[in-house]
This record gives sequence, C-alpha cells and structure tokens, in this order.
Amino acid sequence: MSTPPVSTPKIRIRGLHKAFGSKIVLDGVDLDVETGTSMVIIGGSGSGKSVLLRCILGLIEPDAGTIEIDGENVLTAPRSRQDALRRQIGMLFQNAALFDSMSVGENVAFGIRAKHSDRNGPPPSRAQALQMAGDLLKQVGLDPSVGDLSPSELSGGMQKRVGLARAIAGNPNIMFFDEPTTGLDPIMGAVIDGLIVDCVQKLGSTAIAITHDMASAQRIGNRAAMLYHGRLIWQGEASELMNSGNAMVDQFTHGRREGPITMELRK
Amino acid sequence: MNAVLDPIAALGRAALGLIKQAGALALFALEALSHLVRPPFYWRIFFSSLIETGFFSLPVVALTALFSGAVIALQSYVGFGQYHVQSAIAGIVVLAVTRELGPVLAGLMVAGRVGAAMSAQIGTMRVTDQIDALTTLSTNPMKYLVTPRLLAGTLALPCLVLVADILGVMGGFTVSVAKLGFSPSTYITATLDSLKTMDVVVGLVKAAVFGFLIALLGCYNGYNSRGGAEGVGSATTAAVVGASILLLLFDYLLTDLFFSQ
Repeated sequence: MSTPPVSTPKIRIRGLHKAFGSKIVLDGVDLDVETGTSMVIIGGSGSGKSVLLRCILGLIEPDAGTIEIDGENVLTAPRSRQDALRRQIGMLFQNAALFDSMSVGENVAFGIRAKHSDRNGPPPSRAQALQMAGDLLKQVGLDPSVGDLSPSELSGGMQKRVGLARAIAGNPNIMFFDEPTTGLDPIMGAVIDGLIVDCVQKLGSTAIAITHDMASAQRIGNRAAMLYHGRLIWQGEASELMNSGNAMVDQFTHGRREGPITMELRK
Repeated sequence: MNAVLDPIAALGRAALGLIKQAGALALFALEALSHLVRPPFYWRIFFSSLIETGFFSLPVVALTALFSGAVIALQSYVGFGQYHVQSAIAGIVVLAVTRELGPVLAGLMVAGRVGAAMSAQIGTMRVTDQIDALTTLSTNPMKYLVTPRLLAGTLALPCLVLVADILGVMGGFTVSVAKLGFSPSTYITATLDSLKTMDVVVGLVKAAVFGFLIALLGCYNGYNSRGGAEGVGSATTAAVVGASILLLLFDYLLTDLFFSQ
C-alpha cells in the first residue's frame, strides 16, 4: 500500500524567533496552515500574535527561522520573488488603516491598482478602478455612494468594511485579519465576521486571523492555535476552543482570573 | 575620578548619537533618491507636494520678503545716514535679499509650514498603520511617500525664492520712494547696477539645497515617529528644529563655497 502524497501547507513556519532588545517576542514558533484553512490565533496582549503576522508580511524581519509560502522560503528568496509571494496576501488591519488623504473609493481603487499583476494585462485606469471599487463596496454591504466620503466620516464598522474591500481588491489567496472585531459592538462584530467568512470562501483563500474575541474566533476559524510568551502552546479545531483540555487555553477562552496564566507586572 | 570622566563620557555618547543620526539620515536620503531612477514614479504625489510646498507657501513667503526688504531699506537709511551714503541703500537691499534673506527667510518659513506638515502627515500614517498598509498593498512607502516630496521640495523652494527676491526688492523700493524720498528712476537704476546674476543663481542653488533639507527632515522624522500622538508631535518639532539648524549650517557652508574668494 502506497503512502498518500503529503500536500505542502500554504504557509509553513519553522523555528521563528524575534526579540526586541532583551524582550523575546517569538520564541521558536512552528506553524502549518493548510490551503483553504482559516486559522485563528489567540493569545493575550503582548503574546506575539501581531509580530507573527508582521513577520509573515515582511513588515518585521525575524531574527531566525523560516517562513514558507507554497513551499518557498520567503525570507531567503530574492526581493522580487518576496514581493511576488507577498502580493497574494490581503490584510485587514485592526483599525482598518485607511489612507485618510484619499476618499473611501480611492482607498479601494488604490488596492485594485496596487495589487494588479502585470500578467493580467495593463492595470485599470483610475476611472475603471473607481468603478470596480464601487462593486467591491457593494460586496461588503456598503452603498457605492459611500466611495465619495472621507474615511473619517465613517463609523468603525464601516471603516472595517472598507478595509476588507481594499484587502480583497487583488483577489488574494491568503488573507490576514488583525483583531477584526476589536472596537465594534457585538452585532457589528458578527456582521464583519460574516463578511470575512463570505470573502474567504468566495476567494477560496487561506486565512489567518488574530483575535481576543472568542465568539469571533469560532465564527471565522476552522483551526485555532494559542500563543503564550512567544510560543505556540496549543493547536486544534476552532470548535474545541472553549473545551480544549489545555488548562491555559481554557483559562484564556473562559476569561478566568485563576489558573496557570498569571498577569505579570511589566518589567 | 567619575566627576572628571562622566562629562567626557556623556559628551562622547552625544557625539556618537549625533554621528549615528547623521548616518541614518544620509542612508534615508540615499534610499529615497535611488527611487528617482527606479520606476514607477508617483507623479500625483509629486504634483500635490509641489503645489502644497510652492503655491500654498507663496503668501507667507511673499509677505516675509516684502517686509524684510522694507526693513532693510529703513534700517540702512538710518545707519548709512551717519556716513552720508544713503545712495547705497538700493545696492544693499538687492544684495541682502538675493544672497541671504530671500533663500534663508523663505527656507525658514517653508520649514515651519511645510516641513512640519510633512512630518505630521507621514508620522500619523506611521502610527495608524497606514505605512504598513502601503507595504501590504505592494507599494514601497519610501518610493510613494518620500521620493516625490524630496523632489517637490527641491524644485519648489527656488521658485519661491525667485518671487521672494522680486518682492524683497519691491519692499525696499516702496519704502525708499514713498517714505525716504528717493527718486523711483534713481532707485531702479541703482538696483539694476548692483544686481548680479551670480548672486541670484547662488541664492537659487541655496534654495534648492534648503528645499531638499526641509523635505528630507520632514519625511525622515515623520517616517520614524513612534508612540502615537505624542510621538508625532515630537517628530514634527524635531523636523522643524532640525531643518532650521541644518538650513543655517548649509547657508554658511554654501556662502563660504561661493563667496569666500
């Protein structure tokens, strides 16, 4: 009997280390995210979740370790190849990070033009991109007329929707979500989660989301992992989050004061 | 022992910090300039920076130059009266304005207005993740935010200084004719006799250098700002103070280079 072929994970991280001065933020993280999986990473503040995402995105250079996308090490690839690998990633920032010097429509159009690959012909003109931005705004539940507004005129939930529209502009096959429901009321949080799930499914993307919100984690993810002091201490199905059998994970997900995780005074 | 060594150590640390900062600034400038020859170039950002730096700074630079020329004429009249050489006023005004006051005052005004705005805008983008968002959208932030602004600053300030030169001379002319009783034709003749192409050209070269420095300090401090609103505020202060000091330092160096012989 032959062994079934082992598929290469979409994202494979091995021995990732990152320290800022004497503070170790990532301490040998190993993580595989299979193609089509929505991985949710939970963990307390300062546990290294955002740094992990930023290392994959190339915003922070790790001290050691490997990050592979489709089996190719991003960290050692030539610059042009790194850019090409990362071009397939869409990112929704915690505060949406919309460009406040542009209108909402221009924000989304910027994503469309910036993420355009030369292999797909000449980039769309500004007018075409603005028209396409209107379609994307509709896709995230916003009226295209919102495109004329400035980001500062939008509520937090609307800004997240626009950020999502901009993130999906290039039809990314990897998507990152940095605390997508932070600062939103529970209903709007559920709406954003629903949009995220729809977008990820529609694009067939692989997703990584970091969050403190357990309801959101279970809505978005089908796999979950927990970071604690820069290490991955648990991985499993997202449905097991509230009953993982791991004392640290259970304390975190149920928000208990007592347990193995203690709040430390910052040194 | 420590009382002797500690101040020396502190001085050494400060010197090393200054050298490190100068090195970081030089590397930042080199990286930004390298994007000038590597497409794409963001023309829209360039033109909007050009308008912001050049056009919208016109009123403040114009008023500064006008009054400076007028004050020089007035002060020279009072001072030169003691030696009965009031006729030299036109020459003094045109020389002071084209060589020094035009470039330096326009530079300081633009540093306060545009350098601060650049630093605040880029700094806010840094602390609200907008610069990281640019990177995730396959856009090099240095190429997009810094390079067009450096070029715009370098080109806009000479244009402003040309206007400042004309208005500075006009300020001197107005006071001399309307208040001090000079004949308009005599004043204009004396001005044209004293006006040298070299003075104007050197003033414009100075202006280009000042414009580059103002944009560089604004972008550098904004780009490296940290820590929210307070960090952006500190970056803005550092941009204006740093640009003003560098501007005066380079004014001396360029004056020495062009006029010392």
